Amino acid sequence: MPHDHHDHDHDHDHHHHGLSPSGHPYRQDDDAPLTYWQRMEIAVRELLIEKGVTTAAEVAAQIDLMDSRSPANGAAVVARAWTDPAFKERLLQNAGDASREMGFDIGPLHLIAVENTAETHNLIVCTLCSCYPRNLLGLPPDWYKTRAYRSRAVREPRAVLAEFGVELPDSTTIRVHDSTADMRYIVLPARPAGTEDLREAELAAWVTRDSMIGTGLPRAPQNATQGG
Amino acid sequence: MAERVRVRALMPPGHVRAPAYLRGKTGIIERALGEFGNPEQLAYGLPAERKPLYRVRFTMAELWGDRAERPEDTLDAEIYAHWLEEVPDHAP
Amino acid sequence: MGGDEAGPVPKEGHDFALWEKRVDALMVLCSSKGHFTVDGLRRALEDMGEDAFEKHSYYERWIAAVNQNLIEGGVYTLEELATRMEVVAQRGTTYGEATHDRADHRNG
Repeated sequence: MPHDHHDHDHDHDHHHHGLSPSGHPYRQDDDAPLTYWQRMEIAVRELLIEKGVTTAAEVAAQIDLMDSRSPANGAAVVARAWTDPAFKERLLQNAGDASREMGFDIGPLHLIAVENTAETHNLIVCTLCSCYPRNLLGLPPDWYKTRAYRSRAVREPRAVLAEFGVELPDSTTIRVHDSTADMRYIVLPARPAGTEDLREAELAAWVTRDSMIGTGLPRAPQNATQGG
Repeated sequence: MAERVRVRALMPPGHVRAPAYLRGKTGIIERALGEFGNPEQLAYGLPAERKPLYRVRFTMAELWGDRAERPEDTLDAEIYAHWLEEVPDHAP
Repeated sequence: MGGDEAGPVPKEGHDFALWEKRVDALMVLCSSKGHFTVDGLRRALEDMGEDAFEKHSYYERWIAAVNQNLIEGGVYTLEELATRMEVVAQRGTTYGEATHDRADHRNG
């Protein structure tokens, strides 16, 4: 594969600037020249509205819906599974229905939960594109869509996990899941030791986005007064 | 569908959901997922036949040989039945 | 891609720009309304070739794939697209100037 050793990923080109020349946080849509692809987005959107395919309000509502989805949804599901054995059973049986049962609007998502245990660690990837349980967790992180992650997660998951700070003993079996078709995956991390006295809402704060992809482990909340 | 299956080692041009790195590799059926529209037809805007979909589990040893980090680690992928062929248990 | 050699996984992320969120929304809305399938988008992305991945950002490739499928589905024509992109370019030099999202006014 050519160009694998570029020291940056072109997915992130437009983010390298960080700050605009005037020193405020860089906003491509405000500061940068209009690009060919932005022109295409505007033109396609306007044509779709004029043809009656969609409306400006519908586009705005869809953006709001996507913005409302976040890893906190998945964290709530995980915390419920940690505290309610019957729910965990249903989650492992059909993670989509279990998530709907908690009130999450995940559309037609087919979701499979894979459980981390003392013996097994699961890792999710989509080598063909960027399939991700977006209807539950929101949009995927940029690294999930990179050539490097998609190429290496299936061949050297331990090396990739080490880069993410997850060192697993050789006695742990790694199961990588390539989302090649119609299923999406969420990792049910193992409940950390020392959390036995915590309630469901407190436990949810331990569940990171990466721990549900498999590139991280649950960890104590960084900020004890974390809101939301 | 047999317990042991091999992903067909065909390399047509166009949209196929069986990743190239799994073609020709042998695994076991982890679970059946039901039937879904054939992506090779959906990709071209055609009416799609329903095709059985399976999760197939491969060992890293099968996929990468000596280069595997740990041979017993596994990779699961969803493969449509028409990309799978049965492997008799006594086969080499 | 799966199994290829590659360097370290870059960890930096970015907040999505408005135009990127709109591409995402158009993709979801048009596929839920049956104008194309996710497989149709993937096919268009793959047909762009390996170097498209190097040259273009994620949502640049996705708007191209959405457009390709809408053209193929007859939702609008290439001529309509080209004309509208030209009109958009005349409106200004930034996205904020070129997009008409605050009011439903359409001038040439």
